[in-house]
This record gives sequence, structure tokens and C-alpha cells, in this order.
Amino acid sequence: MSIIASTAHSVVEPSTLAKRSAGFIVILYALISMAPLFWIFATGWKTPPDSISYPPKIVFNPSLEGYCNLFTTRTRQTADYIQALGPPQGTCDEVTRRREMVIAGPSNYAPRFVNSLVIAFGSTFLAVTLGVFSAYAFSRFKIPLADDLLFFILSTRMMPPIAVAIPIYLMYRELGLSDTALGMILLYTAVNVSLAVWLLKGFIDEIPKEYEEAAMIDGYTRLRAFFKVVLPQAATGIAATAIFCLIFAWNEFAFAVLLTSGAAQTAPPFIPTIIGEGGMDWPAVGAGTTLFLIPILVFTILLRKHLLRGITFGAVRK
Amino acid sequence: MAKFESITARAVNATPPALSKAVRGLSDRTIAWLFIAPTIILLLAINIFPLIWTIYLSFTNYAANRPNRPIMNVGLRWYRDILGSPEVWAAMQATAHFVFWTIFFQTLIGFGLAYLIDRKFRGHAFWTTIILIPMMLSPAVVGNFWKFLYQPQIGLFNYVISFFTGIERSSFEMLGSVTLAPWAIVIVDTWMWTPYVMLICLAGLRSIPGYIYEAAEVDRASKWRQFWSITLPMALPFIMLAVLFRGIENFKMFDMVVLLTGGGPGSTTELASITLKRQAFEAYRTGYSSAFAIILFVAVFGLANIYVRTLNRVKQR
Repeated sequence: MSIIASTAHSVVEPSTLAKRSAGFIVILYALISMAPLFWIFATGWKTPPDSISYPPKIVFNPSLEGYCNLFTTRTRQTADYIQALGPPQGTCDEVTRRREMVIAGPSNYAPRFVNSLVIAFGSTFLAVTLGVFSAYAFSRFKIPLADDLLFFILSTRMMPPIAVAIPIYLMYRELGLSDTALGMILLYTAVNVSLAVWLLKGFIDEIPKEYEEAAMIDGYTRLRAFFKVVLPQAATGIAATAIFCLIFAWNEFAFAVLLTSGAAQTAPPFIPTIIGEGGMDWPAVGAGTTLFLIPILVFTILLRKHLLRGITFGAVRK
Repeated sequence: MAKFESITARAVNATPPALSKAVRGLSDRTIAWLFIAPTIILLLAINIFPLIWTIYLSFTNYAANRPNRPIMNVGLRWYRDILGSPEVWAAMQATAHFVFWTIFFQTLIGFGLAYLIDRKFRGHAFWTTIILIPMMLSPAVVGNFWKFLYQPQIGLFNYVISFFTGIERSSFEMLGSVTLAPWAIVIVDTWMWTPYVMLICLAGLRSIPGYIYEAAEVDRASKWRQFWSITLPMALPFIMLAVLFRGIENFKMFDMVVLLTGGGPGSTTELASITLKRQAFEAYRTGYSSAFAIILFVAVFGLANIYVRTLNRVKQR
């Protein structure tokens, strides 16, 4: 009976033992690789003394101090002064006073986070819009030197950011675009549009030409067929592409650190500058990192089916 | 399609001009260029124009912090300086060490993981997604929090190493020691990007049709033989794709390493991009750094060319 059962399987199906041991090693790797992330997440909930204790504390009393410090700036005050202030207003006030400090005002984290959102969404919108038109043209029309143009488009993304940043820095200084959200949006659009064209071309290639041709025989113009037939069919692809562009713009550091310093600074260059009294304020860094990474975790899970396409510019599909 | 167009063309010729425009709308040719032009214009403005400007600057003595100084042509001086500069060669060596070892470990571990995941154990899809998370994160933020993990007194890394090996935790500094720092950045990059190589290798393994293995079983080829004569050769284009892309990315590595070590201690982890940044934005040797940028451009452009060719080969599969 068991012999019949085993031959009913395909001959190349791995044995149960092989599967289990493979699963064990992979899960072990996954857990180890998650440890650093877990650690930074946990650090966000520690008090500064807990965050630098030895041996490292795995069990600790969660505290909001990291999150409070992330969003506020504080000044040290005498105990008498703090006594005279009256009852603390809110948890953060209480946590801060326990360290003999008072909240002086909001920190720059929230505006930097908002900058990241504005720049990421702005550049993604532009890159995907430009990308979908170009991708359609490359997918459907005979364009002279199409392969060379496509390579040119991709090669712009391969350029070392620092090398590109030298002339961009000079150019933006002349044009008054240094440290502006518009400047960063244009720059990230230029970097992302190459990814958008390549990815979307792959997605549009998969939509049968016959759909538009049928629509055009029914009297649609080419443009109307593009908007009414192709775009709805490509919706999933457009969404996946948009998420990839968002992630790039969200994560980008090199341009951001060289071309922005204040008004338009995004979160990645800001997070490493979070310092407390006497060195890095690790709980605040942990809190800032956690908040910054959560959108990426959500996007990664949403994208999991399209990740492979995204990282190979649409070349590898399955 | 051709027939359809010729009918339209005839209809267009038969109708008055005002009406013909409404019938035909925009021609495909016009639409094609209208659709592509904005992308090309943007890339010309933000990528190509600056590139040409960089080439021009690389022959001048221009310095960004002294814009009013008269600009002089210096010919090939910067290129000669760079190729003869020990600092640049040290940076190139550090970059080569980084690129070689990150690719080595990522390919080894990434392919191994892909091979195991391909056995499709229960829950493999879920764990694959978990494994993929590090590569989606911001390299700068990753560099910053690994700096915390690498702290000799309080960091998790030294704690775990000393827990398992018994080595005194404060006896080594991953980021502060000349011998360890180059490996510290390799470890973080491997942690972050092994999933990338794994994902592409997995696609390669899954592209191998099952009947080939069945045929090999019938021929009584050993598992070992099957691996070397079927699995590896057929997955090779995919491995190449991953290796090339990681090579390009790590050749221009900047963000993660800057936040981890800032190029130090000394200049042991000062990769090419970091040297470039120092020359361009700290020393303001704009002409010199432009020449260096052009040299890096040419190298990346060559690699990118090979990459796209591999990409097209894989696409045909």
C-alpha cells in the first residue's frame, strides 16, 4: 500500500524528511535575520538606561519615553522649577519631568516625516504617469532604436548617486531648487521613471493587443482605447509599480543628505541625527526607525507577488 | 493592422480636412512620440545635461565653494591625478573587497536558501516573505541601527558572539578595528541583500521544468549529478543576473556604509563613493571629483551593458 502511495507521487517530489529539514533551516534563517529588526523595535519601547544596559535586556518594562523624546525637544530644569509647574499634562510631560527636564517644543521628526511623504508620493505620481505613457508607446508602437532608448532609460538608474549629485547640486543652486520639495520630487521622478517604464512595459506587454484593436474597430480613437481599455487592464501593474517607486523615494538617502538640509529634508538623513544628552538617544532612534519602517513592511506584504518583477526591472516574471 | 490603417487612410483622404482630423484623431506616430517625449525630456534635463556638465567640469579647475574664480582649462590633469593617487587606489581596493565578499556570501547563502525553499515545505510562502523584508528597508536607516547593534559594550552583536564563543564582549570592536570594520560592512550588506539573490535564484530554480528531473531519475542519475548537470547550469543565468546587479549596486555603495563607519577607522572602509563625496562636498575639489565621477560612470555603464544583455537572455526563457 505504501509503495503504491509513494509511486503515485511524482518521482522528483522531495521526501518528507527533506522537506522538514529544509523548512527547519529556512525558518531558522528567517528568525535570525529578523532579530536585528526585532531589537530596534524593542529598543523604541525602552527607557534610555534600559537601552544601554548590559547584558542587553530582552524583558523590560515598556516605556513611552523613546516616542516622547522622538517628537519633542527638552531642556533640563531644576527640581524646584519643575515642582512649581503644577500637574503634568499628558504622559510625555510626566515622563520628561521624571528626568528633571521639561518639554521645550516639538522636534523636527514630524515635519521630516511629512517631507518624506510629500516627496515620495509626489515623485511616485509623476514617475508612474510619465512611465505608463512611455511604456505603452514602447510596448505597442515601432519606435526607431527602441532597444537603445530603453537601455538609455535604464542606465540612468544605474548611475552612482554621488556622481550625479555633483552637477545636480550646482544646477539646483543656480535654479533655486536646493533644499526644496519640488527639486527632490523632480530628482526622484527622474530616477524612478526608468524603473516605471521597464516594469510597466512588462505589464502592458501582457495585455493582448486585440483588446484595443477591437475597441478601435468599434470606433474608439487610439487615445480613448488607451484610457478606457489599456489603463484599467494594467491597474494591478500600475499599483505594483507605484509601490516600488514609493519605496525607493521613501528609502533614498544619498541625494537627500547632499541636496537638502532643512526645509525639504526627509526622514532618512534626519533619523541618524537624533541625539540625546551624552550620545545617541537610542530609544528615540528605535522609535523613529520603527515608525519609518512600518509603511515599508505593509508595502512588502502587499507586493510579495510582484517583488521579483520589481527587483529585475520586469524581466523575471515567475 | 496594416489593412485597418489603410482603410482609415482612405477614409481620411476621402473626407474634408476638418473632418479628417476628427476621424483619425492623432496618428500612432504622433502618439508614440507624445507619450515618450516627456520621459526623455526629463531624463535629458536631470541626467544627461548634468552628465555633460560633469564632463566639462572634469577638465577645469572649478570649485563649487569659489564660484567667482575664473575657470581655467586644466586638460587631463585630474584624470592623471586620480589614476596615480594612492588614496583612490586604496578606495578601489576597499570597494573591491566589499563587492567581492558581499557577492560571494550572498550568492552562497541566497542560492542555498532558494534551493531549500524550492522543496516547498509547509508554510514556505510565508517564510519567504519574512526573509525578504530586510532588502526593502532604507539602507541608511539599516546602517544606523546596525551601528547600535555593533556597539561593543551594549550591542546585541557582541553579546551574541560572546554568548556563543565565550570571547570577551568588549575585546573586539566591529566598527572600530581596522581588521574587523571591512567585515562588519560585509555582514550588514549580506544580511540585507541575501534575500535579493535568494528571490532571483528561486525564480531560476522554478523555471526548470520537472520533466528534466524525471528523465534524469529514469536514467538513474544521482542527486549529486542532477544538481551539477541540471540545477546549476539551468539556474546560472539567473544567478548571473543577481550577481551583476549586486555588483553594480555595491560598486556605488554609499548610504549604508557612511552611516555605519563613515569610511573609518582611518580609511579602511572608505569606498569609492565615499571618497568621491569627500572630494566633492567636503574638500570642494569639483573638477577633480567630476573626473572621478566620470571614471565611475564609465565603469558602471560597462557593467550595466552586460547586465541588460543578461536580462534579455533571461527574459527569453
